Amino acid sequence: MSVLRKGRAGIYAALLHIALMLLFSPVHSALMPDEDIAVLKEGSYGDKSDLVISLPERPGAVSLLPVLQVMLDGDLYLSADEKLLSVTDAPADQYLIIDIDAGTESVVAEKGALKRVRINNSVRRILRRTIAQLQLRSDDVGVRLAAVKQIIDKVDTDSVAIIREYFPAEQDADVRDAMALVLAVGDLRSGDPALAEAAIETLSTSLEPVALNTLQDFSEDTDSTLLARQAEKAIEAIQGRVRVYENLETLYFGLSSGSVLVLAGIGLAITFGVMGVINMAHGELIMLGAYTTYVIQQLMPELIGISIIIAIPAAFLVSGLAGIIMERLVIRHLYGNPLETLLATFGISLILQQTVRTIFSPLNKSVITPDWMSGLLEVNSVLALTWNRLYIIVFCLIVFLALVFVMKKTPLGLQVRAVSQNRNMARAMGVRSQWVDALTFGLGSGIAGVAGVALSLITNVGPNLGQAYIIDSFMVVVFGGVGNLLGTLFAGMSLGVMNKVLEPSVGAVLAKILILVFIILFIQKRPQGLFPQRGRAAEG
Amino acid sequence: MTRMSLLADDVAGKRFLAILAILCVVVPVANLLVPSDSALHLSTYTVTLLGKYLCYALLAIAADLVWGYLGILSLGHGAFFSLGGYAMGMYLMRQIGDRGVYGNPDLPDFMVFLNWSELPWFWSGFDQFWFAMLMVVLVPGVLAYIFGFLAFRSRVTGVYLSIMTQALTYALMLAFFRNEMGFGGNNGLTDFKDLLGFSLQSDATRVGLFMASALALALGYVLCRYIVQSRLGLVAVAVRDAESRTRFIGYRVEHAKLWIFTFSAVLAGIAGALYVPQVGIINPNEFSPLNSIELIVWVAVGGRATLIGAVVGAVAVNYGKTVLTAALPEVWLFVLGALFVIVTVYFPQGLVGLKSMMMRARA
Repeated sequence: MSVLRKGRAGIYAALLHIALMLLFSPVHSALMPDEDIAVLKEGSYGDKSDLVISLPERPGAVSLLPVLQVMLDGDLYLSADEKLLSVTDAPADQYLIIDIDAGTESVVAEKGALKRVRINNSVRRILRRTIAQLQLRSDDVGVRLAAVKQIIDKVDTDSVAIIREYFPAEQDADVRDAMALVLAVGDLRSGDPALAEAAIETLSTSLEPVALNTLQDFSEDTDSTLLARQAEKAIEAIQGRVRVYENLETLYFGLSSGSVLVLAGIGLAITFGVMGVINMAHGELIMLGAYTTYVIQQLMPELIGISIIIAIPAAFLVSGLAGIIMERLVIRHLYGNPLETLLATFGISLILQQTVRTIFSPLNKSVITPDWMSGLLEVNSVLALTWNRLYIIVFCLIVFLALVFVMKKTPLGLQVRAVSQNRNMARAMGVRSQWVDALTFGLGSGIAGVAGVALSLITNVGPNLGQAYIIDSFMVVVFGGVGNLLGTLFAGMSLGVMNKVLEPSVGAVLAKILILVFIILFIQKRPQGLFPQRGRAAEG
Repeated sequence: MTRMSLLADDVAGKRFLAILAILCVVVPVANLLVPSDSALHLSTYTVTLLGKYLCYALLAIAADLVWGYLGILSLGHGAFFSLGGYAMGMYLMRQIGDRGVYGNPDLPDFMVFLNWSELPWFWSGFDQFWFAMLMVVLVPGVLAYIFGFLAFRSRVTGVYLSIMTQALTYALMLAFFRNEMGFGGNNGLTDFKDLLGFSLQSDATRVGLFMASALALALGYVLCRYIVQSRLGLVAVAVRDAESRTRFIGYRVEHAKLWIFTFSAVLAGIAGALYVPQVGIINPNEFSPLNSIELIVWVAVGGRATLIGAVVGAVAVNYGKTVLTAALPEVWLFVLGALFVIVTVYFPQGLVGLKSMMMRARA
């Protein structure tokens, strides 16, 4: 089958070639005159270097940028009729060929007929320089900024010279700042004491590694103690700021892993905190949510981007229904017997685990992260925030606020609180307490399912997913103070941050152990958690 | 209270001790003296299996003592069991000597593998049997004492306590999984050779371990029965049923809880120490919260606050597990899960209670 397909694609490619040849022959390339093509084809490395150096002088040279990029990557080829092609690997041992002139793409199995444009290190160096020059001439601010940023990663005398050439004409403030940094590096490296002071000043405001390295080299090499002191001061300033950003990053990681804890625990804050039901199957309700996400992605493979959004209400319904069934069949018989509830729900958790294992196999499934959730938000060269963690934090806050809204502002929330405070009185006022019990438990379980959607994106979806989170969830709820949603949020976030702060020095596992021990000791000291309930609710 | 009156009213207990005594005679004879081609021969595999059940039964009695009589649902008794097991395992590791894969006379194999040059301090002394046995009792006992001291003093009760015991065993599991801890990481301790000079592979040693387990179970039962019938036991039941009232009457509730909890942990540790040489391995999975909670279901199935029910439940559930995991491994967790639900919802008195329920129905 695949051989057939390959053969057919080959024939099409050949037909295309013939068609193109008939159309455009004998004009070879609109981008480069024939003599340049000849240099690329047969010239020595020296010839090629001379050609590339001369390019920026030509009018309209900016249009050559794509060719030069491809050439720098080593992917530039010439077809038999001397067209410029970009040839890269395609799946299944084939090659993707892009005609740079026409922009047409084709896939072939053979590239023997194409001639590769060979380059060596000195050509590569000149190519980089020419590309930078051309980019700096671009009308697009983004392209210019990117070019300077690329230079910042590898400052050398060549690049400083180029920047010095384009600096006076540059209008955009961001690009100018970046350029000034490169120039300052160049000034400081030149060792000219007259330029040094201003250069140190400029570098001290930067976070780029090159600034720090240049300052360090300078403070070691310079003869002037005054300048050396200034450089050291600048180094301290930079390091101080780097530390601030590193701490910010730790805080960010902590908040995001705290958000996961909050998501896992917040459903339990309803079922355990408000209703007093020890639901050991809570983790399995999270697992059901995660599997729902997986199933939805399997059902709509073309719509991965939306599938996550659809999975949220779906998981809420699946886990919520499972919770209501649990409540009606088992838990309602055990109200008032917390230890028995614990055992029965644990039994349910085993059954749910084994059910999932039987249906989906014991192997882990993976949920595909949609494109819009991957990638980085680069704040500066030290601090980069991953989007998926940011989404989880935001998602956690949304779920939290929605839950607070339901509990405080809706009739259901009012009834839930009434029943949990005084069941008999609430019934006397006409609240259908059994119905409220079932709905509350369903709400808590549904939230667990929603947490499962978020968890499915950061861990593997497997039958043991729930077990991994059940102890954490209880810790968060107990630590925050049972029956207190805000306490759960605070506890989850602070445990997450604590974990990430400890992790670098003691390792992930020991950090987790230390936190468990901390909570065990904390509960001894304050059995009611961080935010104990006050007033009548505390006595109930 | 005299020794005679201890078991005077305990018909089931007397029968149980008699069964243990009979087993101690029948099993060695059937395994060692009856020729292996005879129908009456008992294979060494079965002897070890029975020995394992007896260890589980001892563990279940320990759990029943705190759950049934004291009202503390410990979800961490597996931790005490495992610690006792590790103490025994460390002794057995040291007995291997230079017969390990690396042939190092001073270090167990896993330490050689980790490039350790000398024995960590906490391993010293474990080449002595008496020291290891002391640790079997002390390590779980001291941990339970400290944990209980802190928890009972600050009056952590009920579900909170259960979850904390679960967190305790979970934390220990994570810790023992670490190679740096010096307890063999996730492989645990294994490849044991001999115990007090007797090869662990020989049938006679296996039978000996079985008899030791039976003896420990019998002693454990009698001791627990004694505690339950003593003043301490009566206070414990009072604490279970009305903790505040007991405190207001003037009893030191914390003391009663602490001593019974610690004693129970020691029993669990001894059960673990007898368990490890019979199964030949101890690894961090024994700490897993699931194991501790599974043992609670043994007690629940058998019937809590009866002691004898714990034994019945441990043997019955584990026999079911042995049969089912061999025949239908998929089904076992369904059965276990259903057991949890059915027993708690419909048979809170367990198997032992079933009998009295039926008698009441007949009357």
